[in-house]
Amino acid sequence: MTGKGGTGKTTVAAALALSLAADGRHVLLVETEGRQGIAQLFDTPPLPYEERRVAVARGGGEVKALAIDVEAAFLEYLDMFYNLKRAGRALRKMGAVDFATAIAPGLRDVLLTGKIKEAVTRRHDGRPVYDAVVVDAPPTGRITRFLNVTNEVAGLARSGPIKAQSDGVMAVFRSPLTAVHLVTLLEDMPVQETADAIAELTAAQLPVGSVIVNMATEPLLPAASIARTAEGRLTATDLLPALTAAQVPAASEVAEGLAAEAVEHARRWVAQDALRGKVEALGRPVVELPLSSSPIDLGCLFELAERLDGHLRTEAAA
Amino acid sequence: MSAPRRPAVAPALDLAALVEDRETRIIVCCGSGGVGKTTTSAALALAAAEAGREVVVLTIDPARRLAQSLGLVELDNEPRLVETPGAAGELHAMMLDMKRTFDDVVSAHSTPERAQVIFENPFYQALSSSFGGTQEYMAMEKLGQLRASDRWDLVIVDTPPSRSALDFLDAPNRLSRFLDGTMIRLLTAPARAGGRAGVRLVGAGFSLFSRIISKILGGQLLNDISAFVSALDTMFGGFRERADATYQLLRQPGTSFVVVAAPEPDALREASYFVDRLSTEGMPLAGLVLNRTHPPATTALSATRAEAAAEAVAEAGGPGSQLAAGALRVHADRMTVAAREQRLADRFTSAHPEVPIRAVPAAAGDVHDLDGLRLMGEALLAAEADTGTGTPRSRVLPLRPTAG
Repeated sequence: MTGKGGTGKTTVAAALALSLAADGRHVLLVETEGRQGIAQLFDTPPLPYEERRVAVARGGGEVKALAIDVEAAFLEYLDMFYNLKRAGRALRKMGAVDFATAIAPGLRDVLLTGKIKEAVTRRHDGRPVYDAVVVDAPPTGRITRFLNVTNEVAGLARSGPIKAQSDGVMAVFRSPLTAVHLVTLLEDMPVQETADAIAELTAAQLPVGSVIVNMATEPLLPAASIARTAEGRLTATDLLPALTAAQVPAASEVAEGLAAEAVEHARRWVAQDALRGKVEALGRPVVELPLSSSPIDLGCLFELAERLDGHLRTEAAA
Repeated sequence: MSAPRRPAVAPALDLAALVEDRETRIIVCCGSGGVGKTTTSAALALAAAEAGREVVVLTIDPARRLAQSLGLVELDNEPRLVETPGAAGELHAMMLDMKRTFDDVVSAHSTPERAQVIFENPFYQALSSSFGGTQEYMAMEKLGQLRASDRWDLVIVDTPPSRSALDFLDAPNRLSRFLDGTMIRLLTAPARAGGRAGVRLVGAGFSLFSRIISKILGGQLLNDISAFVSALDTMFGGFRERADATYQLLRQPGTSFVVVAAPEPDALREASYFVDRLSTEGMPLAGLVLNRTHPPATTALSATRAEAAAEAVAEAGGPGSQLAAGALRVHADRMTVAAREQRLADRFTSAHPEVPIRAVPAAAGDVHDLDGLRLMGEALLAAEADTGTGTPRSRVLPLRPTAG
């Protein structure tokens, strides 16, 4: 799950995880940017580098969450390939891990994606441990570089364990197992960045999934009046008779303000609606999630999950 | 139980006075990503030019259409004059090209031959185009250059889009500390005279690290870094001194910080950290721009009453009743949103009662042309009480609602 900053991709990723966990399935929700956004969303203490259950879904399914800690992933990696667990602790003390990820920024992404791939392919008793892994990924501006690990390590390693590992990660990311969903708002910049990201992902042969329009609003004015109102052709005199007839207090005092607010509302809605065409033109399946009037809580996440579930079923049927 | 405390009231932020004051030489617009820093900087710059200043605005990553409207189509890393008919002053705008800025620093401190060696170094290429912190460092570098030039009497800078507003202050130091740091010197020691002694001093742990690093990252990378660091050494007194010098600029009289935040918990939390940090550093804060607020056009009808009235109007029926009911629902919604925004602003003010605030209402669409910037500039600079709705410009809702 990617999206421009501020589009709510963490929320949508969490909702998708809940929706995929319905009917007794096991889903892992992964955080990659160290912001503890998932913990905040599920109202739990900050997540350690450990898979923890954060929610139970319909039919006994569950969502576990994991906040990947780059340093811990690095040490895990050293242990796995170089059998260096003890040395790892010394390295951590020296700040060497920070240093290594600083001089080779690509290393960070290799570690994160490596961990994701491990979770996707992990098996127990011959069955995958997770039915789905949902990644709250870096924003649209960085997503292709993040997922395109082979490219990242090209400058780091031409052979050896890193190269082998990144090839394995790439194979998973390019396979039908993966779908990169993009979250956008009906605003110019996010829609533009979504279009750019789709082009980049496609060029890198990474599978693009759906476009999720988040925080979509419904017009509060009658559909027939919207265009006219957006043109500014609504004044206090249009509203006063109906307000007075219903004995609205201080009608004459507020009518002008109401008209001004209605015009602004209509304009904003028309501007948003115009972007729907642009989103459709991206050629990907689109689903809209409504703007929540209250702060996002678990109940709210389940509502969003239901919407996504409907969309996924339609997509699967198609 | 203690009696509820009277909420602190934020002072009004007078940006008109700030840009008109000839003593103001640098304005830094900072805040977390996605709050409208770039637009705010550009609008402030345009307003300052119209107020007679010779302004240059340094933008970091403007939206395409905004960049076009400022004439920023050619990426030559130099300020360009923006046509602003009727303005008493002049507006120049530029977009930061961090690689180019870095190249210029190298060229300015080196012979052409040595510069060429550096430019060809793969580590330099990575460092100058994608390294975390380079953008912040180069933004400061460019700010220093613009300030040093006598061409402008006001420099307005937008800061790079990072999650944390603090990165602008911290990243240059982090980068220079890293480049001047012990770790990199030890790591690159074999290529330098006397380096071996240093390695012996830190002992076996380090040589193990060095082995792992070269195993994982490849020996070539270490060689490149080593060559780069020694090339820099001969060039100038190190990165740290240079970053420190630019950092000091921000403490000079004549510099003001404007923190931009959207009326959302995360953005205001970031703004709060940043305000604390500025005060620790002794850097002058002009105030907070609370961007994209939704002040109602009238506050004479509360959300609850508007909701009830919408029902009454819809039930009464008759011509225009659906439209009027809709308008009442729009208003109810607006009052709810405004109340939430004001609550967030109040929370900020209770932590920072001394910080002046200017709320800037959201535009109906994106700001992407000079007219849009001019409108936003008016919202930034207009007199505190001239809204005509009874809500002062430092707030989203009036201090005491006129109706319950």
